[in-house]
Amino acid sequence: MEQYVPVLIALILGGLIATAMVFASAILGPQKHAPVKEEPFECGNPPSGSAWGRFSVKFYLAAILFIIFDIEVVFLYPWAVVFRQLGLFGFIEMLVFVLILAVGLVYIIKKGALEPA
Amino acid sequence: MITPPPVNWLSLLPGLILTVTGLLILFWDLWMKPEERRLLAWLGFIGFVAAGIVSVLLWGRNESAFNGMLALDAYALFFNVIFCVVGAMTILMSVHYLETVEIQPGEYYALLLFATVGMVVMAAATDLIVIFLGLETMSIAVYVLAGMWIRRLQSSEAALKYFLLGAFASGFFLYGIALLYGATGSVQLDKIATAATTGGVSSLFLVGIALLIVGFGFKVAAAPFHVWTPDVYEGAPTTVTAFMAVGVKAAAFAAFARVFLHTFGSLHAEWEGILWVLAVLTMTVGNITALVQRNIKRMLAYSSIAHAGYLLIAMVAGRDLGGAALLYYLVAYGVMTLGAFGVVLAVGRQGEPNEEVSDYIGLGLRYPVLGAAMTVFMLSLTGVPPLVGFTGKFYIFSAAVQAGYIWLAVLGVLNSVISAYYYIRVVVNMYMYEEGGKTIEALSARPALVTAILLAAVATVFMGVFPSASISLAKESFLPPG
Amino acid sequence: MDHVTFFALALPLIVVATMVVVHPSPVYSALFLVMTLFLLAVYFLFLDAHMVAALQIIVYAGAIMVLFLFVIMLLNLQTEPREQQRRGLRRAALIGGGILVLELFLLLRRLPTGDTPEQALPAGFGTVQALSERLFTDFLLPFEITSILLLVAMVGAVVLAKRQG
Repeated sequence: MEQYVPVLIALILGGLIATAMVFASAILGPQKHAPVKEEPFECGNPPSGSAWGRFSVKFYLAAILFIIFDIEVVFLYPWAVVFRQLGLFGFIEMLVFVLILAVGLVYIIKKGALEPA
Repeated sequence: MITPPPVNWLSLLPGLILTVTGLLILFWDLWMKPEERRLLAWLGFIGFVAAGIVSVLLWGRNESAFNGMLALDAYALFFNVIFCVVGAMTILMSVHYLETVEIQPGEYYALLLFATVGMVVMAAATDLIVIFLGLETMSIAVYVLAGMWIRRLQSSEAALKYFLLGAFASGFFLYGIALLYGATGSVQLDKIATAATTGGVSSLFLVGIALLIVGFGFKVAAAPFHVWTPDVYEGAPTTVTAFMAVGVKAAAFAAFARVFLHTFGSLHAEWEGILWVLAVLTMTVGNITALVQRNIKRMLAYSSIAHAGYLLIAMVAGRDLGGAALLYYLVAYGVMTLGAFGVVLAVGRQGEPNEEVSDYIGLGLRYPVLGAAMTVFMLSLTGVPPLVGFTGKFYIFSAAVQAGYIWLAVLGVLNSVISAYYYIRVVVNMYMYEEGGKTIEALSARPALVTAILLAAVATVFMGVFPSASISLAKESFLPPG
Repeated sequence: MDHVTFFALALPLIVVATMVVVHPSPVYSALFLVMTLFLLAVYFLFLDAHMVAALQIIVYAGAIMVLFLFVIMLLNLQTEPREQQRRGLRRAALIGGGILVLELFLLLRRLPTGDTPEQALPAGFGTVQALSERLFTDFLLPFEITSILLLVAMVGAVVLAKRQG
C-alpha cells in the first residue's frame, strides 16, 4: 500500500487547498449582501430559466463513443506498466489493437459522428 | 524481459481473412461513390469464399493454439465452412435487397463479416473467456444488423428487444463462467473437464452449468428463453433474419456442444434432465405456436425455435452419434432455412414485403421455379423423404433411440407431424388456389438471389438423396468426447 | 485489512451510498455515486486488487458516470419534491432492503467461526504489473479479439444513432 501514500497526500492537500480558499475569501473579503448579488450571473442580464439546460440527444453518440475509447485506455494502462519488458512484441501487439480501433476512429470522423451539428 | 508467446497463425487464418475483409469494406466504403457500392458485396463474398476455402485446406489438422484457448480441429473447421457458406449466401441474397430497403451497404457487409468472425471464434474457442468474446462480437454485430433498417420502426424495436434480452442472457453466461472458475480454478475447457472428472462436482459447479444453459439457451432460441425470437425475426431485415436463424444458431450450438458434449461429457447425467425438458418444451412451443401464425417470417421464427428443439434432442442423446447428428442437422437446417428465407425475399418487392402466408396464393402456378423451390424447402423442413430434413431428423431420432431416449424420439416425431400442418399450408396456398395472389418483381432482375435459392434447393435435394458423404464428414468432425 | 481501516472506510462509504439514494437532486446523487465508487476503489486496493481499483476509477467513476450525468441532463430531471416521492415505491424498497439485511445476518451466522489465518500471497499478487505480464502474453488472443469487439460496438453506435443526411 505504500505506493499509494502520495495519492492520499495529494487528495488531502487538494481538499485542504480548496476548503482553505473558500474560507479565506469568506474571511478576507468584504461582506456586502444584496439580492441582486445572490443571483446567478448571466452576462449582466436577469437570469432566465434553469441553469441545467436539456442536452440534445445528439451528444449521446459522443458519450457512447467516449466509453468505448475509455475501454481502450483501460488496456493501454497495464500495457504501459510493462511496456519495457514486453519489448518489440508488446509494441506490435498493441499496434494491432490500436490500428483496428483507429479504423473505427477514421470511420467515426469520416461519418461526422463527432461533429456537433 | 517477458518472453513473447508463440503465435499459431494457421489457427487464426480463417478469422483473420474475415477480419481484414471487414476492415477493408469499412474503409473502402468511406471513399466510394454510392453507385459503386455493389462492389462491396462482392468483396465480402470473396472474403467468405476465401475463408471457407482456407478452412477446407486446413482440414485434417488437430492443434491447440494460444495456450489452449483456440483449437484448430475438424470440429472448428466444419463450422467455419458452415459460417462462410451462410455468410456468402446471405450476401447473395442481400445484393439487390439492400437497394430496396435503404440500408447502408458498407456497414452492413462489414458487420456481417465481423459477426462471422465472432462465430468462427466461438466454434474454435476452448476457453470460456474466448467463447464469451466471440459470442459478444457476434451478438453485438447482429443486434446492430437487426436494427439497420432505420425507416422501419419494427426493425428498431427488434434491435432494442434483442439487445436488452441478449445483454441479460450474456450476464447469465458470464456469471456461469465466474462460478465455474470459482469451482474449478480455470476457464479453460480441458482443465475444467479434468477438474470435473477428478475433483467431483460441487453445487457451485452445477449452478455454473445451469447458468451456461440459460446463456446458450437464449442464443439458440430454446424455450423458455425464446420469447424474443418472433419479434426480432419479423422486425429485422429479411436477409439478417436468415443470417440470424442459421448462422447465429449454428454458432451457439457449436460452442454449446463443445462445452457440454466434450467438457461436461462426463457429467452427462447431471445435465441431460434439464436439456430433455428444454428440448420437449422448445419443440412443442415452437410447433404449436407456429400453427396460428399468419406472417411467414413469424412462422419461420417459430419453426426455427422448433428446430432448436430437435437439435437439443441430439445434444441429450450425446456421445458420438448425437454429436454427429447435431452437426449434420445443423447443415440440413441451414440450407433449407436459408432457401426458405430466400423465397420470402423473392416474393417481396420494394415497399411491399408480401410477408403474409396468404400472399403465397397461386404463386406456384405463376412462378413454377420459385414455387418448386419453396415446396422443396417446406417439405424438407417438415421432414419428408428423400429431402435433407428427413435424413437429418432420422439421424437425430435414431441417435436418441440408441442412447435410450425412446420417449424423446417419440415426442420429436409427433412434433414433426404437427409441423406438417403449417409447412404444407404454404404449399397448398401456392398450388391449390388461383384467384387473388400477388405479382412479384421480375426474378431476372435479381440473379444473385435466384442463384442462392437454387443452390439451397439443390443442396436440400442432393444431401437428402446422397447423405453418406456429409454424415461421414459430420462424424469425422465430431471428436469423440473425452 | 485490520478493523480500524475497515471501519474508517466502511462508515463514509455507507454514508455516501445512502446519500446517492436519498438526495433529492439527481445531479448530487450522481456526484455522491462518484464518491462511492472512489471509496470502493480504495477497498479494492486494500484487497490487493490494484487493477480492479484502477478500472473502478477509469471506467466507472470516469466513463459510466459521464453517461449517467448525460442521461440526467438529457431527461432534464429536476430536483424531486418530497411529496412527490412515491410512497409505494419507498415501502417496497424498505421491504426489499429489509429482506436483504435479514439474509445477510443469516449468512453471517453460518460463517466459519474461529480465526482463519490470513494466507500469504505470492509477491506482487494482484498488482498491475503481474496482471499485465499475463494479459499481454497468455491472454494475447482475447486481448486482440477485444479490439474487434470494440470496433463493432463503435460502428454499431454510429449506424444506429447517427441520423443519415
